[in-house]
Amino acid sequence: MSKLKVVHYINQFFANIGGEEKADYPAEIRVGEVVGPGLALTQAFGDEAEIVATIVCGDSYFNENLDKAKADILAMGKEHQPDVFVAGPAFNAGRYGVACGTIADAVQEELGIPSVTAMYKENPGADMFKQKVYIVPTKNSAAGMRAAVKVLAPLALKLAKGEAIGSSAEDGYMPNGVRVNFFEQERGSKRAVKMLLKKLAGKEFETEYAMPDFDRVAPNPAVKDITKAKVALVTSGGIVPKGNPDHIESSSASRYGEYDITGVNDLTAETYETAHGGFDPVYCNEDSDRVLPVDVLRDLEKEGKIGSLHHLFYSTTGNGTAVASSKAFAAEFSKKLLADGVDAVILTST
Amino acid sequence: MVHICTVTPISMTVGANRIVPAIAIPHPLGNPALDPAEEKDLRRHIVEKALAALETEVEDQTIFD
Repeated sequence: MSKLKVVHYINQFFANIGGEEKADYPAEIRVGEVVGPGLALTQAFGDEAEIVATIVCGDSYFNENLDKAKADILAMGKEHQPDVFVAGPAFNAGRYGVACGTIADAVQEELGIPSVTAMYKENPGADMFKQKVYIVPTKNSAAGMRAAVKVLAPLALKLAKGEAIGSSAEDGYMPNGVRVNFFEQERGSKRAVKMLLKKLAGKEFETEYAMPDFDRVAPNPAVKDITKAKVALVTSGGIVPKGNPDHIESSSASRYGEYDITGVNDLTAETYETAHGGFDPVYCNEDSDRVLPVDVLRDLEKEGKIGSLHHLFYSTTGNGTAVASSKAFAAEFSKKLLADGVDAVILTST
Repeated sequence: MVHICTVTPISMTVGANRIVPAIAIPHPLGNPALDPAEEKDLRRHIVEKALAALETEVEDQTIFD
């Protein structure tokens, strides 16, 4: 049986040409040569596959002459018609990672040849390309070569053979956001209890629903004198003028509303309601002050306990709404709040 | 910014720095079991706590119980 054909892409550093001073090295192909990390890959491929050519390109050259480098490398790849194209591993080298992702994606898209690369999870190339090509996570330096090849080589073989690729956890690539429906052998309740028991025993367990990464911000300094401050209200509780004029979705909101409460001293069942679909709306619809305390803040304003209540409030439904959307909403309306001279914000959530 | 919410562990998870606990998920700033005047007092009490939180320097995430 003839071996599967692999074309391998590496940079000037791993080809032993030089470091930064040689980063402008143009793309070249070395037919029949196995170079640098290709040796470890060849070993891992065993009798199943061989590297038929190695493409070498300087990191600066690739990124500064993107179109030409891409075209040249695609032409080189096309000539050899490999069963799989492997780029890297790039570890934490930023330009190398971006080059690996770019070329692997191009080979896959334009030549229809399956591609795979490997790099450190914080390499900028990872976020740019992990949804487009399989990327094996590596350590942040070449010290992680052995571990990387151990995962990269079998995945490359699977791709070369056209075998079905398993989940990211099974085949060791970075989660790429692809969800696949399947029937799990054990039912959900049993799996949940098993996970809980492991957690209680302090053992490792694998979640089936990973939480997004939440960032942290340093606390703002305290408001010097709240009796002079302009205070604004913001809510994820979905308070909207009756009839929900902006059609804010009851869950997974794609927008937020900005509403003027000039002259409004009390939210009533006739004037306001909630658009939120994640809690029993009866109490809120009877009196939306229960979620957005306009009545109390008006009293405090009159008594001089706050400087003033800002005439606009911002509202969305925090029910299943993506963290990325929430962040985008807040980034936008925070600018408006600042421009309007607001000193403090009360955010209420249901 | 001060976050008034009932499920304070969620607020901690998402990273709010000043947190004031509320009454219940469907009515964080109210309690329909009370008569309207009492209910408004309760709401005022929570809002005043939130204003005090805004006037308080914090180094780290803080729940104002």
